[in-house]
Amino acid sequence: MSTSALLQTRDLACVKDDRVLFEGLDLDLEPGRILLVEGRNGSGKTSLLRILTGLSLPESGEVLWQGVPIGEAGPEYYEQVTYVGHHDGLKRDLTALENLRLAQAMGKPSDLDLDQVLERVNLYRFGDNFVSTLSAGQKRRLALARLIATEAQVWIMDEPFTSLDKASMALFQELFEQHLQQGGVIVLTSHHDIEMPDQDVLRLDLSA
Amino acid sequence: MKRLSLSQAFAFILRRDLLIALRNRSELANPLLFFVLVITLFPLAVGAEPNLLARIAPGIIWVAALLSSMLSLDAMFRSDFEDGTLEQMLLSAHPVPVLVLAKVTAHWLVTGLPLLLISPLLAMMLGLDEGAYGILLLTVLIGTPILSLIGAIGVALTIGLRKGGIILSLLVLPLYVPVLIFAASAVDMASGGLSAMPQISMMLAFLFLSLSLSPWATAAALRMSMS
Repeated sequence: MSTSALLQTRDLACVKDDRVLFEGLDLDLEPGRILLVEGRNGSGKTSLLRILTGLSLPESGEVLWQGVPIGEAGPEYYEQVTYVGHHDGLKRDLTALENLRLAQAMGKPSDLDLDQVLERVNLYRFGDNFVSTLSAGQKRRLALARLIATEAQVWIMDEPFTSLDKASMALFQELFEQHLQQGGVIVLTSHHDIEMPDQDVLRLDLSA
Repeated sequence: MKRLSLSQAFAFILRRDLLIALRNRSELANPLLFFVLVITLFPLAVGAEPNLLARIAPGIIWVAALLSSMLSLDAMFRSDFEDGTLEQMLLSAHPVPVLVLAKVTAHWLVTGLPLLLISPLLAMMLGLDEGAYGILLLTVLIGTPILSLIGAIGVALTIGLRKGGIILSLLVLPLYVPVLIFAASAVDMASGGLSAMPQISMMLAFLFLSLSLSPWATAAALRMSMS
Protein backbone atom coordinates (compact mmCIF):
# COMPACT_ATOMS: atom_id res chain seq x y z
CA MET A 1 0.00 0.00 0.00
CA SER A 2 1.56 3.22 -1.07
CA THR A 3 1.61 5.84 1.64
CA SER A 4 2.16 8.76 -0.71
CA ALA A 5 -1.38 8.50 -2.06
CA LEU A 6 -3.65 11.36 -1.01
CA LEU A 7 -6.94 9.72 -1.74
CA GLN A 8 -7.49 5.98 -1.65
CA THR A 9 -10.38 3.61 -1.76
CA ARG A 10 -10.27 0.18 -0.22
CA ASP A 11 -12.57 -2.61 -1.39
CA LEU A 12 -15.29 -0.11 -2.24
CA ALA A 13 -18.68 -1.46 -3.25
CA CYS A 14 -21.87 0.31 -4.23
CA VAL A 15 -25.30 -1.28 -4.50
CA LYS A 16 -28.33 0.54 -5.81
CA ASP A 17 -31.81 -0.98 -6.02
CA ASP A 18 -30.36 -4.47 -5.46
CA ARG A 19 -27.97 -4.01 -8.37
CA VAL A 20 -24.23 -4.12 -7.76
CA LEU A 21 -22.75 -1.10 -9.52
CA PHE A 22 -19.18 -1.86 -8.58
CA GLU A 23 -17.35 -3.84 -5.95
CA GLY A 24 -13.83 -4.47 -4.77
CA LEU A 25 -12.71 -1.08 -6.03
CA ASP A 26 -9.16 -0.17 -4.93
CA LEU A 27 -7.88 3.19 -6.10
CA ASP A 28 -4.71 5.04 -5.18
CA LEU A 29 -4.51 8.65 -6.24
CA GLU A 30 -1.10 10.20 -5.71
CA PRO A 31 -0.56 13.95 -6.01
CA GLY A 32 -0.63 14.96 -9.66
CA ARG A 33 -3.01 12.20 -10.73
CA ILE A 34 -6.24 12.64 -12.61
CA LEU A 35 -8.87 9.91 -12.59
CA LEU A 36 -11.32 9.82 -15.44
CA VAL A 37 -14.35 7.70 -14.58
CA GLU A 38 -16.06 6.31 -17.64
CA GLY A 39 -19.03 4.08 -18.22
CA ARG A 40 -22.56 3.79 -19.54
CA ASN A 41 -25.41 5.85 -18.13
CA GLY A 42 -26.39 4.38 -14.81
CA SER A 43 -23.13 2.51 -14.36
CA GLY A 44 -22.45 4.28 -11.07
CA LYS A 45 -20.17 7.15 -12.07
CA THR A 46 -22.03 9.75 -10.06
CA SER A 47 -22.47 7.31 -7.18
CA LEU A 48 -18.71 6.77 -7.04
CA LEU A 49 -18.09 10.52 -7.04
CA ARG A 50 -20.61 11.08 -4.28
CA ILE A 51 -19.05 8.31 -2.22
CA LEU A 52 -15.63 9.93 -2.67
CA THR A 53 -17.01 13.22 -1.36
CA GLY A 54 -18.71 11.50 1.56
CA LEU A 55 -22.18 12.62 0.47
CA SER A 56 -23.20 8.99 0.05
CA LEU A 57 -22.00 6.01 1.99
CA PRO A 58 -20.62 2.94 0.23
CA GLU A 59 -22.24 -0.46 0.72
CA SER A 60 -18.90 -1.67 2.01
CA GLY A 61 -15.28 -0.59 1.98
CA GLU A 62 -13.89 2.83 2.78
CA VAL A 63 -12.43 6.00 1.35
CA LEU A 64 -9.14 7.11 2.88
CA TRP A 65 -7.74 10.63 2.97
CA GLN A 66 -3.99 10.47 3.67
CA GLY A 67 -4.58 7.06 5.20
CA VAL A 68 -7.47 8.12 7.44
CA PRO A 69 -11.11 7.19 6.68
CA ILE A 70 -12.86 10.36 5.52
CA GLY A 71 -15.55 10.02 8.18
CA GLU A 72 -12.86 10.42 10.83
CA ALA A 73 -10.86 13.06 8.96
CA GLY A 74 -13.99 15.24 8.84
CA PRO A 75 -13.26 18.96 8.38
CA GLU A 76 -9.63 18.28 7.48
CA TYR A 77 -10.86 16.38 4.45
CA TYR A 78 -13.71 18.71 3.55
CA GLU A 79 -11.39 21.66 3.62
CA GLN A 80 -9.41 19.93 0.88
CA VAL A 81 -12.28 18.93 -1.39
CA THR A 82 -14.15 20.97 -3.94
CA TYR A 83 -17.07 19.21 -5.57
CA VAL A 84 -18.89 20.40 -8.65
CA GLY A 85 -21.86 18.13 -9.19
CA HIS A 86 -24.70 17.87 -11.68
CA HIS A 87 -26.24 20.96 -10.16
CA ASP A 88 -24.20 24.10 -10.37
CA GLY A 89 -24.78 24.80 -6.69
CA LEU A 90 -25.39 28.49 -7.33
CA LYS A 91 -28.09 30.67 -5.81
CA ARG A 92 -30.16 32.37 -8.48
CA ASP A 93 -30.92 35.37 -6.32
CA LEU A 94 -27.30 36.16 -5.56
CA THR A 95 -24.78 37.77 -7.86
CA ALA A 96 -21.80 35.91 -9.29
CA LEU A 97 -19.48 37.53 -6.74
CA GLU A 98 -21.80 36.77 -3.84
CA ASN A 99 -21.91 33.15 -4.89
CA LEU A 100 -18.15 32.89 -4.97
CA ARG A 101 -17.92 34.55 -1.57
CA LEU A 102 -20.30 31.92 -0.27
CA ALA A 103 -18.10 29.17 -1.69
CA GLN A 104 -15.10 30.73 0.01
CA ALA A 105 -16.94 31.02 3.30
CA MET A 106 -17.76 27.31 3.22
CA GLY A 107 -14.21 26.16 2.50
CA LYS A 108 -10.69 27.48 2.59
CA PRO A 109 -10.37 30.66 0.50
CA SER A 110 -7.49 30.79 -1.97
CA ASP A 111 -5.17 33.76 -2.19
CA LEU A 112 -6.63 34.84 -5.51
CA ASP A 113 -8.71 37.96 -5.50
CA LEU A 114 -12.29 37.21 -6.57
CA ASP A 115 -12.01 39.59 -9.51
CA GLN A 116 -9.00 37.60 -10.67
CA VAL A 117 -10.99 34.40 -10.27
CA LEU A 118 -13.76 35.77 -12.48
CA GLU A 119 -11.20 36.92 -15.01
CA ARG A 120 -9.67 33.46 -15.19
CA VAL A 121 -13.02 31.95 -16.16
CA ASN A 122 -13.89 34.80 -18.53
CA LEU A 123 -16.69 36.20 -16.40
CA TYR A 124 -14.96 39.41 -15.46
CA ARG A 125 -17.79 41.73 -16.44
CA PHE A 126 -20.43 39.54 -14.81
CA GLY A 127 -19.45 39.90 -11.17
CA ASP A 128 -22.50 41.92 -10.23
CA ASN A 129 -24.94 40.02 -12.45
CA PHE A 130 -27.52 37.86 -10.79
CA VAL A 131 -26.99 34.20 -11.53
CA SER A 132 -30.55 34.02 -12.87
CA THR A 133 -29.46 36.23 -15.76
CA LEU A 134 -26.47 34.10 -16.76
CA SER A 135 -26.53 31.55 -19.57
CA ALA A 136 -26.12 27.83 -18.88
CA GLY A 137 -22.48 27.88 -19.97
CA GLN A 138 -21.75 30.93 -17.87
CA LYS A 139 -23.33 29.30 -14.84
CA ARG A 140 -21.19 26.22 -15.41
CA ARG A 141 -18.07 28.37 -15.60
CA LEU A 142 -19.07 30.15 -12.41
CA ALA A 143 -19.63 26.80 -10.69
CA LEU A 144 -16.20 25.66 -11.84
CA ALA A 145 -14.71 28.95 -10.64
CA ARG A 146 -15.25 27.57 -7.13
CA LEU A 147 -12.29 25.31 -7.84
CA ILE A 148 -9.88 28.23 -7.90
CA ALA A 149 -11.73 30.44 -5.44
CA THR A 150 -10.99 27.86 -2.77
CA GLU A 151 -7.75 26.14 -2.01
CA ALA A 152 -8.58 22.46 -2.17
CA GLN A 153 -6.23 19.68 -3.15
CA VAL A 154 -8.93 17.38 -4.40
CA TRP A 155 -11.23 18.42 -7.22
CA ILE A 156 -14.19 16.15 -7.83
CA MET A 157 -16.35 16.98 -10.82
CA ASP A 158 -19.40 15.40 -12.36
CA GLU A 159 -19.53 16.16 -16.09
CA PRO A 160 -17.75 19.49 -15.73
CA PHE A 161 -17.86 20.24 -19.44
CA THR A 162 -21.64 20.16 -19.87
CA SER A 163 -22.78 23.22 -21.85
CA LEU A 164 -19.24 24.56 -22.21
CA ASP A 165 -17.93 25.68 -25.58
CA LYS A 166 -14.59 24.49 -26.99
CA ALA A 167 -12.66 27.53 -25.80
CA SER A 168 -13.92 27.15 -22.24
CA MET A 169 -13.14 23.43 -22.26
CA ALA A 170 -9.57 24.20 -23.25
CA LEU A 171 -9.43 26.86 -20.54
CA PHE A 172 -10.45 24.45 -17.82
CA GLN A 173 -8.14 21.69 -19.03
CA GLU A 174 -5.36 24.21 -18.65
CA LEU A 175 -6.49 24.88 -15.09
CA PHE A 176 -6.62 21.15 -14.43
CA GLU A 177 -3.04 20.73 -15.63
CA GLN A 178 -1.87 23.55 -13.39
CA HIS A 179 -3.65 21.97 -10.46
CA LEU A 180 -2.00 18.63 -11.14
CA GLN A 181 1.42 20.26 -11.38
CA GLN A 182 0.85 21.79 -7.97
CA GLY A 183 0.28 18.33 -6.56
CA GLY A 184 -3.48 18.25 -6.66
CA VAL A 185 -5.74 15.31 -7.39
CA ILE A 186 -8.66 15.38 -9.84
CA VAL A 187 -11.51 12.92 -10.19
CA LEU A 188 -14.05 13.53 -12.92
CA THR A 189 -16.62 11.92 -15.13
CA SER A 190 -16.91 13.20 -18.65
CA HIS A 191 -18.35 12.19 -21.97
CA HIS A 192 -15.82 14.47 -23.59
CA ASP A 193 -12.32 13.16 -23.90
CA ILE A 194 -9.68 15.11 -22.07
CA GLU A 195 -6.45 16.04 -23.78
CA MET A 196 -3.69 15.41 -21.33
CA PRO A 197 -0.45 13.46 -21.19
CA ASP A 198 -1.50 9.83 -20.93
CA GLN A 199 0.84 8.90 -18.10
CA ASP A 200 -1.07 11.20 -15.74
CA VAL A 201 -4.52 10.03 -16.66
CA LEU A 202 -5.93 7.06 -14.82
CA ARG A 203 -8.96 5.61 -16.55
CA LEU A 204 -11.64 3.64 -14.80
CA ASP A 205 -14.38 2.05 -16.85
CA LEU A 206 -17.33 1.12 -14.67
CA SER A 207 -19.29 -0.69 -17.37
CA ALA A 208 -16.53 -3.23 -17.85
CA MET B 1 -6.02 32.50 3.51
CA LYS B 2 -7.52 30.97 6.60
CA ARG B 3 -11.01 29.66 6.60
CA LEU B 4 -13.71 31.54 8.50
CA SER B 5 -14.21 30.97 12.18
CA LEU B 6 -17.34 29.18 13.27
CA SER B 7 -19.17 32.34 14.31
CA GLN B 8 -18.20 34.07 11.06
CA ALA B 9 -19.55 31.15 9.06
CA PHE B 10 -22.77 31.28 11.10
CA ALA B 11 -23.13 35.01 10.47
CA PHE B 12 -22.34 34.54 6.79
CA ILE B 13 -25.10 31.98 6.22
CA LEU B 14 -27.54 34.05 8.28
CA ARG B 15 -26.80 37.16 6.23
CA ARG B 16 -26.99 35.27 2.96
CA ASP B 17 -30.39 33.79 3.76
CA LEU B 18 -31.76 37.14 4.90
CA LEU B 19 -30.47 38.76 1.71
CA ILE B 20 -32.16 36.12 -0.43
CA ALA B 21 -35.40 36.52 1.53
CA LEU B 22 -35.20 40.28 1.07
CA ARG B 23 -34.84 39.82 -2.67
CA ASN B 24 -37.99 37.66 -2.68
CA ARG B 25 -40.13 39.98 -0.63
CA SER B 26 -43.43 38.80 -2.05
CA GLU B 27 -42.89 35.27 -0.74
CA LEU B 28 -41.90 36.76 2.56
CA ALA B 29 -45.34 38.26 3.07
CA ASN B 30 -47.22 34.97 2.56
CA PRO B 31 -47.10 33.47 6.07
CA LEU B 32 -47.84 36.83 7.66
CA LEU B 33 -50.76 37.45 5.34
CA PHE B 34 -52.15 34.00 6.14
CA PHE B 35 -51.84 34.67 9.86
CA VAL B 36 -53.64 37.99 9.62
CA LEU B 37 -56.35 36.67 7.28
CA VAL B 38 -57.25 33.66 9.42
CA ILE B 39 -57.57 35.82 12.52
CA THR B 40 -59.60 38.54 10.83
CA LEU B 41 -61.99 35.94 9.43
CA PHE B 42 -62.89 34.57 12.84
CA PRO B 43 -64.96 37.52 14.11
CA LEU B 44 -66.83 37.50 10.80
CA ALA B 45 -67.66 33.82 11.15
CA VAL B 46 -68.42 33.42 14.86
CA GLY B 47 -69.95 36.86 15.38
CA ALA B 48 -68.52 39.98 16.93
CA GLU B 49 -69.59 39.25 20.46
CA PRO B 50 -66.75 40.73 22.57
CA ASN B 51 -66.88 38.19 25.40
CA LEU B 52 -66.82 35.23 23.11
CA LEU B 53 -63.95 36.59 21.01
CA ALA B 54 -61.88 37.52 24.04
CA ARG B 55 -62.47 34.03 25.40
CA ILE B 56 -61.28 32.20 22.29
CA ALA B 57 -58.58 34.73 21.28
CA PRO B 58 -55.58 32.82 22.70
CA GLY B 59 -56.63 29.67 20.88
CA ILE B 60 -57.28 31.42 17.58
CA ILE B 61 -54.03 33.33 17.62
CA TRP B 62 -52.01 30.27 18.43
CA VAL B 63 -53.68 27.93 15.95
CA ALA B 64 -53.16 30.54 13.25
CA ALA B 65 -49.51 31.02 14.24
CA LEU B 66 -48.94 27.29 14.15
CA LEU B 67 -50.51 26.79 10.73
CA SER B 68 -48.77 29.82 9.29
CA SER B 69 -45.43 28.53 10.54
CA MET B 70 -46.12 25.13 9.02
CA LEU B 71 -47.00 26.74 5.71
CA SER B 72 -43.61 28.35 5.42
CA LEU B 73 -41.54 25.37 6.59
CA ASP B 74 -40.89 23.78 3.24
CA ALA B 75 -39.12 26.90 1.99
CA MET B 76 -36.40 26.42 4.59
CA PHE B 77 -34.33 23.99 2.52
CA ARG B 78 -36.30 23.55 -0.71
CA SER B 79 -34.47 25.98 -2.98
CA ASP B 80 -31.10 24.98 -1.57
CA PHE B 81 -31.94 21.37 -2.28
CA GLU B 82 -32.98 22.08 -5.83
CA ASP B 83 -30.05 24.22 -6.89
CA GLY B 84 -27.41 22.06 -5.23
CA THR B 85 -26.25 24.57 -2.61
CA LEU B 86 -27.44 22.19 0.10
CA GLU B 87 -24.92 19.66 -1.22
CA GLN B 88 -22.22 22.31 -0.96
CA MET B 89 -23.29 23.08 2.59
CA LEU B 90 -22.95 19.43 3.60
CA LEU B 91 -19.46 19.39 2.07
CA SER B 92 -18.43 22.46 3.99
CA ALA B 93 -15.44 22.41 6.27
CA HIS B 94 -17.66 23.82 9.00
CA PRO B 95 -19.84 21.65 11.26
CA VAL B 96 -23.18 21.26 9.48
CA PRO B 97 -25.36 21.66 12.64
CA VAL B 98 -24.01 25.19 13.08
CA LEU B 99 -24.88 26.08 9.49
CA VAL B 100 -28.30 24.50 9.95
CA LEU B 101 -28.86 26.61 13.04
CA ALA B 102 -27.97 29.71 11.03
CA LYS B 103 -30.52 28.75 8.40
CA VAL B 104 -33.21 28.09 11.00
CA THR B 105 -32.45 31.42 12.66
CA ALA B 106 -32.81 33.22 9.34
CA HIS B 107 -36.04 31.37 8.69
CA TRP B 108 -37.40 32.41 12.07
CA LEU B 109 -36.40 36.04 11.58
CA VAL B 110 -38.26 36.04 8.28
CA THR B 111 -41.39 34.09 9.25
CA GLY B 112 -41.62 34.06 13.06
CA LEU B 113 -40.61 37.58 13.97
CA PRO B 114 -43.32 39.27 11.85
CA LEU B 115 -45.93 37.19 13.69
CA LEU B 116 -44.53 38.45 16.96
CA LEU B 117 -44.71 42.04 15.80
CA ILE B 118 -48.26 41.86 14.48
CA SER B 119 -49.81 39.76 17.24
CA PRO B 120 -50.51 42.64 19.70
CA LEU B 121 -52.57 44.31 17.01
CA LEU B 122 -54.54 41.15 16.36
CA ALA B 123 -54.98 40.56 20.08
CA MET B 124 -56.43 44.03 20.39
CA MET B 125 -58.75 43.33 17.51
CA LEU B 126 -60.06 40.21 19.22
CA GLY B 127 -60.46 42.11 22.49
CA LEU B 128 -58.01 40.00 24.47
CA ASP B 129 -57.68 41.08 28.08
CA GLU B 130 -55.03 43.79 28.25
CA GLY B 131 -53.23 42.08 31.11
CA ALA B 132 -52.50 39.14 28.83
CA TYR B 133 -50.65 41.05 26.09
CA GLY B 134 -47.28 40.60 27.73
CA ILE B 135 -47.74 36.87 28.14
CA LEU B 136 -49.05 36.52 24.58
CA LEU B 137 -45.95 38.21 23.22
CA LEU B 138 -43.77 36.07 25.44
CA THR B 139 -45.39 32.84 24.23
CA VAL B 140 -45.01 33.89 20.59
CA LEU B 141 -41.41 34.88 21.24
CA ILE B 142 -40.60 31.53 22.83
CA GLY B 143 -42.99 29.39 20.80
CA THR B 144 -42.27 30.32 17.19
CA PRO B 145 -38.55 29.45 17.36
CA ILE B 146 -39.57 26.03 18.73
CA LEU B 147 -41.86 25.58 15.72
CA SER B 148 -39.03 26.49 13.33
CA LEU B 149 -36.56 24.19 15.06
CA ILE B 150 -38.90 21.19 15.15
CA GLY B 151 -40.07 21.91 11.63
CA ALA B 152 -36.48 21.90 10.35
CA ILE B 153 -36.13 18.22 11.30
CA GLY B 154 -39.34 17.37 9.45
CA VAL B 155 -38.32 19.31 6.35
CA ALA B 156 -34.89 17.71 6.32
CA LEU B 157 -36.47 14.26 6.49
CA THR B 158 -38.93 14.89 3.66
CA ILE B 159 -36.88 17.10 1.34
CA GLY B 160 -35.95 14.23 -0.93
CA LEU B 161 -39.59 13.30 -1.54
CA ARG B 162 -41.24 14.98 -4.46
CA LYS B 163 -44.56 15.42 -2.68
CA GLY B 164 -43.43 15.69 0.90
CA GLY B 165 -46.07 18.21 1.94
CA ILE B 166 -48.61 15.91 3.55
CA ILE B 167 -46.04 13.70 5.21
CA LEU B 168 -44.35 16.79 6.55
CA SER B 169 -47.57 17.98 8.20
CA LEU B 170 -48.28 14.56 9.66
CA LEU B 171 -44.74 14.31 10.94
CA VAL B 172 -44.52 17.74 12.47
CA LEU B 173 -48.02 18.42 13.75
CA PRO B 174 -47.96 15.98 16.70
CA LEU B 175 -44.72 17.60 17.86
CA TYR B 176 -46.32 21.03 17.58
CA VAL B 177 -49.26 20.12 19.79
CA PRO B 178 -47.48 20.52 23.15
CA VAL B 179 -46.36 24.01 22.16
CA LEU B 180 -49.93 24.86 21.20
CA ILE B 181 -51.36 23.54 24.45
CA PHE B 182 -48.93 25.29 26.75
CA ALA B 183 -48.91 28.55 24.82
CA ALA B 184 -52.67 28.88 24.55
CA SER B 185 -53.14 27.91 28.17
CA ALA B 186 -50.52 30.45 29.29
CA VAL B 187 -52.39 33.25 27.54
CA ASP B 188 -55.69 31.91 28.93
CA MET B 189 -54.32 31.99 32.46
CA ALA B 190 -52.96 35.49 32.04
CA SER B 191 -56.24 36.82 30.71
CA GLY B 192 -57.96 35.31 33.75
CA GLY B 193 -55.53 37.19 35.97
CA LEU B 194 -53.63 34.07 37.04
CA SER B 195 -49.92 33.34 36.89
CA ALA B 196 -48.72 31.80 33.63
CA MET B 197 -45.26 31.01 34.91
CA PRO B 198 -45.59 27.20 34.92
CA GLN B 199 -46.57 27.18 31.22
CA ILE B 200 -43.87 29.68 30.34
CA SER B 201 -41.27 27.60 32.14
CA MET B 202 -42.37 24.51 30.26
CA MET B 203 -42.13 26.39 26.97
CA LEU B 204 -38.66 27.62 27.84
CA ALA B 205 -37.69 24.03 28.55
CA PHE B 206 -39.05 23.01 25.13
CA LEU B 207 -37.10 25.83 23.52
CA PHE B 208 -33.78 24.85 25.05
CA LEU B 209 -34.37 21.20 24.36
CA SER B 210 -35.14 21.81 20.69
CA LEU B 211 -32.33 24.35 20.41
CA SER B 212 -29.80 21.82 21.61
CA LEU B 213 -31.12 18.78 19.75
CA SER B 214 -32.73 19.98 16.54
CA PRO B 215 -29.63 21.23 14.64
CA TRP B 216 -27.95 17.85 15.06
CA ALA B 217 -31.05 15.89 14.15
CA THR B 218 -31.63 18.15 11.15
CA ALA B 219 -28.05 17.81 9.93
CA ALA B 220 -28.26 14.02 10.22
CA ALA B 221 -31.61 13.97 8.41
CA LEU B 222 -30.22 16.15 5.62
CA ARG B 223 -27.30 13.78 5.14
CA MET B 224 -29.73 10.91 4.94
CA SER B 225 -31.96 12.68 2.44
CA MET B 226 -29.02 13.62 0.24
CA SER B 227 -27.37 10.21 0.02
